[in-house]
Amino acid sequence: MSTFDLATVKKVQTLACLDLTPAEQERLVGQLSNILHFVEQLGEVDTKGVAPLANVSEITLKLRADEVTDGGYQAAVLANAPEEMEGFFVVPKVVE
Amino acid sequence: MSDLNRLTIAAALEGLKKRSFSAVELTQAHLSAMEKMRHLNAYVTETPDLALEQAKAADARYAAGTARALDGIPLAIKEMFCTKDVKTTACSKILSNFVPPYESTVTQKLLDAGAVFLGKTNQDEFAMGGSSTTSAFGPPVNPWRRTDAPDVNLVPGGSSGGSSAAVAAFTAMGATGTDTGGSIRQPASYCGITGIKPTYGRCSRWGIIAFASSLDQAGVFARTVQDCALQLEVISGHDPKDSTSADRPVPAFSSALSGDMKGLKVGIPREYRVDGMPAEIESVWQKGIEWAKAAGAEIVEISLPHTKYAVPTYYIIAPAEASSNLARYDGMRYGVRVPGENLKDTYSKSRGAGFGAEVKRRIMIGTYVLSAGYYDAYYIQAQKVRRLIADDFAKAYTQCDVLLAPTAPSGAFAIGENEDDPVKMYLNDVFTIPASLAGLPGMSVPVGLDSHGLPLGLQIIGRPWDEATVMRVAHALEHAAAFRTLPAEVRDAA
Repeated sequence: MSTFDLATVKKVQTLACLDLTPAEQERLVGQLSNILHFVEQLGEVDTKGVAPLANVSEITLKLRADEVTDGGYQAAVLANAPEEMEGFFVVPKVVE
Repeated sequence: MSDLNRLTIAAALEGLKKRSFSAVELTQAHLSAMEKMRHLNAYVTETPDLALEQAKAADARYAAGTARALDGIPLAIKEMFCTKDVKTTACSKILSNFVPPYESTVTQKLLDAGAVFLGKTNQDEFAMGGSSTTSAFGPPVNPWRRTDAPDVNLVPGGSSGGSSAAVAAFTAMGATGTDTGGSIRQPASYCGITGIKPTYGRCSRWGIIAFASSLDQAGVFARTVQDCALQLEVISGHDPKDSTSADRPVPAFSSALSGDMKGLKVGIPREYRVDGMPAEIESVWQKGIEWAKAAGAEIVEISLPHTKYAVPTYYIIAPAEASSNLARYDGMRYGVRVPGENLKDTYSKSRGAGFGAEVKRRIMIGTYVLSAGYYDAYYIQAQKVRRLIADDFAKAYTQCDVLLAPTAPSGAFAIGENEDDPVKMYLNDVFTIPASLAGLPGMSVPVGLDSHGLPLGLQIIGRPWDEATVMRVAHALEHAAAFRTLPAEVRDAA
């Protein structure tokens, strides 16, 4: 039985890239523990030999013809950019 | 003229064809109604100029005899749908400045059919919720009020609460919604209107802000089953831009409404009779069973043995998919950016500032169940239980054609209630989640009132791709129920 303690909150928030205040972290310990406890009842279901269901409507993925059918609207793609310059997104340094 | 917003879509189409009134007059009637009902906070963005422009174009087509399927019909659009050049935020701070340069497939289809867009409606942030109270723009209010506590603001349900409230308050003739775990059906039930979530894959998800990709589905609200059918016909269909949309022809749903249920077998799922279920829910369910019999249906008791695992299964799968879908909101290409010390810090600060509490909860649970060491025990296990739940339905459909159940375990609750207890809030979805997990079409029809004078709905769940039978049954029950009560806000405004 897993616990959602403060250490777990901190580890998961790092994975999720989510800034949390200490008050939020405290609150989440309780709330996420409750949620986890609630969903853990799935452990009692016998799923031996059952395949996981990912594709609910049994649709096979179509492949389209390898043709250029879209694109050529750089301005639209950049329209909501927090920062853009000369047709590029400007972001904080990615590689040290 | 000011009563034009009280018409059904079907009646309005008749009137527009006959030129009894113009599309502009019909839209203006809605714009005045929206002004009177603004305190309900159903709309987060109103688009009156756009609406009047679209109405004028519709009038020109009626005059030229080239009118389209929904020409001139004023609709409300849930904020989850990207609408070109109209702010689209998913009711989240993180997208507060986002203006899509493209139109979602579903809304494009409505525009191509001549529909008029009155505005974007309020919802739970990123569609995560069952009350619409997690909206970053303040909660929408249900136009219904308790007879014994008329001063208390009630939730219109969620996540598509704004769309539902707008239609119930006659400030839109119909509306789009999205339904992931019940977000169309439950608000329809709380607001005394009809709402349908079609089979997963019936409508395109392209341009709909993604919450949980294996569960999300577009659908519609209206005040009658026929009006839902008229809208659903237009928004359904294969979209090459959505690889999960089905390449299947769209039946003429509005022609399936035969008025009877002769030859149909209606299944009653025994596990939906939950502990502590209020007597009045059981009572409307019984009424529904009697009406079905009177309309010519055979009643069959069936079992869906894994029902009790549906809500926990959903609350592993949906947050897991959400944690993946919401990873894109990192402050780099769109949405809010809060600068940090470095790249990762900018991601974290932007997301920390931009996401609300419920969204953060779901991202955290989702990330956890997908993380190393927990993936098999939680996420894979949940996917396996999901298959068992889907198999339960498939077995049931060898004995019946549709299932009949309540939509929600109660009428609308007060804004602020349940907020301190996320799990309690999640259990309001107990009747709607199973059909979502199995990808089945589900529709809610208003059938009666509870002891507070609030609407209660019944849910019809069908076989995959069989929206026609779902709507046929809903239509027959609608006729039998003859639900005519108006919400307090509408009665008092008259």
